[in-house]
Amino acid sequence: MTDAVLDIRDLHVALPAWSDRRHAVKGVSLTVNPREILCIVGESGSGKSMMGKAVMGLLPAPHVHADRGQILFEGRDLLTLGAEAMRAIRGGRIAMIFQEPMTALNPLMPVGRQIDEVLEVHTDLDAPARAARVRALIEDVHLPDPDRMMRSYPHQLSGGQRQRIVIAMALALEPALIIADEPTTALDVTTQAQILHLIKELQRKHGTSVLFITHDFGVVAEIADRVAVMRQGEVVEKGPASEVLVTPQHTYTQALVAAVPGLNPRNRPAEVTPPLLEIRNLVRTYRLGGGLFSRGAREVKAVQSVSLSIPKGSSLALVGESGSGKTTMAKCVIGLERPDSGDILLDGKPMTGIGRAQMRAFRRDVQMVFQDPFASLNPRQKVGEIIAMGPVIWGTPRAQALEEARELLRLVGLQPEAADRYPHEFSGGQRQRIGIARALAVKPKLVVADEPVSALDVSVQKQVLELLDDLRKQFGLSMLFITHDLRVAATVCEEIAILQRGVIVEQGSTAEIFANPQHAYTQSLLDAVPGRDWISSLPAA
Amino acid sequence: MKSFNARFYGNPRVYLGLAWLALVAVVAIFAGVFAPRDPFAIVGQPFLPPGSEGFLLGTDSLGRNVLAGLIHGARTTLMIAVLSTVAAVAFGTVLGALAGYYGGIVDDILMRLTEFFQTIPWFLFAIVLVAILSPSAMNLVIAIAVVSWPPIARVVRAEVMAVKAREFVQAAVVAGQRDMGILFGQILPNTLSPLIVTGSLMVATAILIESALSFLGLGAPGQMSWGFQIGAGRSFLRDAWWLVTVPGIVILLTVLAINLIGEGLNDALNPRLADL
Repeated sequence: MTDAVLDIRDLHVALPAWSDRRHAVKGVSLTVNPREILCIVGESGSGKSMMGKAVMGLLPAPHVHADRGQILFEGRDLLTLGAEAMRAIRGGRIAMIFQEPMTALNPLMPVGRQIDEVLEVHTDLDAPARAARVRALIEDVHLPDPDRMMRSYPHQLSGGQRQRIVIAMALALEPALIIADEPTTALDVTTQAQILHLIKELQRKHGTSVLFITHDFGVVAEIADRVAVMRQGEVVEKGPASEVLVTPQHTYTQALVAAVPGLNPRNRPAEVTPPLLEIRNLVRTYRLGGGLFSRGAREVKAVQSVSLSIPKGSSLALVGESGSGKTTMAKCVIGLERPDSGDILLDGKPMTGIGRAQMRAFRRDVQMVFQDPFASLNPRQKVGEIIAMGPVIWGTPRAQALEEARELLRLVGLQPEAADRYPHEFSGGQRQRIGIARALAVKPKLVVADEPVSALDVSVQKQVLELLDDLRKQFGLSMLFITHDLRVAATVCEEIAILQRGVIVEQGSTAEIFANPQHAYTQSLLDAVPGRDWISSLPAA
Repeated sequence: MKSFNARFYGNPRVYLGLAWLALVAVVAIFAGVFAPRDPFAIVGQPFLPPGSEGFLLGTDSLGRNVLAGLIHGARTTLMIAVLSTVAAVAFGTVLGALAGYYGGIVDDILMRLTEFFQTIPWFLFAIVLVAILSPSAMNLVIAIAVVSWPPIARVVRAEVMAVKAREFVQAAVVAGQRDMGILFGQILPNTLSPLIVTGSLMVATAILIESALSFLGLGAPGQMSWGFQIGAGRSFLRDAWWLVTVPGIVILLTVLAINLIGEGLNDALNPRLADL
């Protein structure tokens, strides 16, 4: 096809000699047609972001460069253009939307001025005309009160508002192509739904083509006209979204689609057991900025009078968006934070209002699986020692604890020999398995899992969730599972509590909440699940 | 990613530094073999120029062998520099680690104390300390350590504060590890890289302080050192240039060697910074 906006032919992007593979992108050919959204889907390391950077001429030279192929944009090969010509295209004809809107904006400049700057550099408009255009753009992305918005600095806006500003900047020069690299990954799920809707609406209105890079099949289902699935630098499958999503041909695509957590809630177990963990009227308020010389400290009510209970052997998901207080709750339960008031009881014994020494006695019973598999393992300790640490502290002889650590590694699906290696030798998913083994090593009664899969690829996510679920049944554990993702919560937990701004707005069995959400916020969370209609149409696994 | 060894030993400047430092260290350890006689002994005519028979680097105003002085001086200078650095690093690390780990009031008290030491002109302070304590090798070590620990404490404090926020430290708390176990077992091993670099460069500073104090006549009495040689030779600079120049060059080369090694360590331990 000759009328494609972007025509990538046999693109190879070479990696530096010391990396573990030769090419980030290997022989990729793709076209983006006018007025079309092409989604590139892939897991981390698939080369999808390198594709976007290659088109923008933003590859980290000289180590990484395109060594073969062509990127034809409006008939010209971007790989052979000079720096000056490339700069004109970059600003004017191709625009980019980044993943993290905070770092994509200049923190020292009002956002209106930042949009104005784009116009100033690339057009001949005079100041009043530019101001009118900036105002129109801000209205275009549906930001309230454009005049105040133009004068605001990035830190005064929310994540979703900042991303809207970035989108307004991208649209400022009416580009023919917008490259969006995971533009909603850093956002909350309800905000993500709004931004996806906005991108689609503006794309229709302005007739722009979009190259949309994502790891999330739900997002693909929401937005894509066509899809290209990438793995290890190669496109394994491409086609119209309706075909690829419903009848994937390649086994890898099938595996990815199957790994998308479904919306099939699990049922509550029949027997009623006494509660293991009880939280009553928990309150935690942070006081900010109350230093020696500053008056008027600001108060943030992170958790306001929350009560919940988890029966023995059951699991409860605490679902909320960022700032809802869910991590503060977790920290209170594992004793990393002290609540201001309220009680936490484990097996009927109070964990609050006691001294440090008494608190230590609870450390065995409550363990945690952390969010970031890269930060949660000490890089200078061997894996065996990391897992054996807890038991050794609680009096198990060292040799025996190390032996048990090997056994645990086998249990979480790793080789026992992993005990003698250092954390950096493992992938994110493997590290999270090590983190789970560590939590289980002291035979706790309750495991608190704080977003344990949000840093993982979707296929790995599924494996880790299944592992957690198996182990929980095997060990008869209770689990407090903290997540922002209703899909994940539905997969692993019998009960769900929805947290909004430090208050539980709805609580009940997963099946009930999915079938009949009572609170408006729960409803909006459910509606915001990306690709909801598509997921529901998938056959249950 | 290349290994630490490949990055460290693949650096030619590190070789130059290591070669010179190894030479100095061997000479210092076997000073008695290379120059069996007392370096203070009068062994020849005064003011023999370098290259005179039997005296490769000449003799000083009293007819003492300059080369023998350098050899024995290496022992004194290196010993004082290394010991004072070890003392400063140990003290600064403990203080910085406690301040960084506990924060709040502990941090306030310890850091105000550190600032108190930092506001005193450090060389003047060292002179006063040696003058009060009376000059001896031990007191030189104390004086140098006392004026050089504050930067170590600040580096360690900042590193501990950064590492403390990492999740593996929370994991250790949750596992029930005690404060000291967490601080020394989990956090400090992860702060070693900047500590090693700062410490290695501090040896060079310690050599300079020791030499300067000896130059002023506040060095260890009865022990030959490079600074003492320069101090003793300074009044004859115009007649016998080598008395000042030779030990001066030795100090220069040793400090340079240590800096080369320190920078090599820095590049090898912080590869991302080295690539910039």
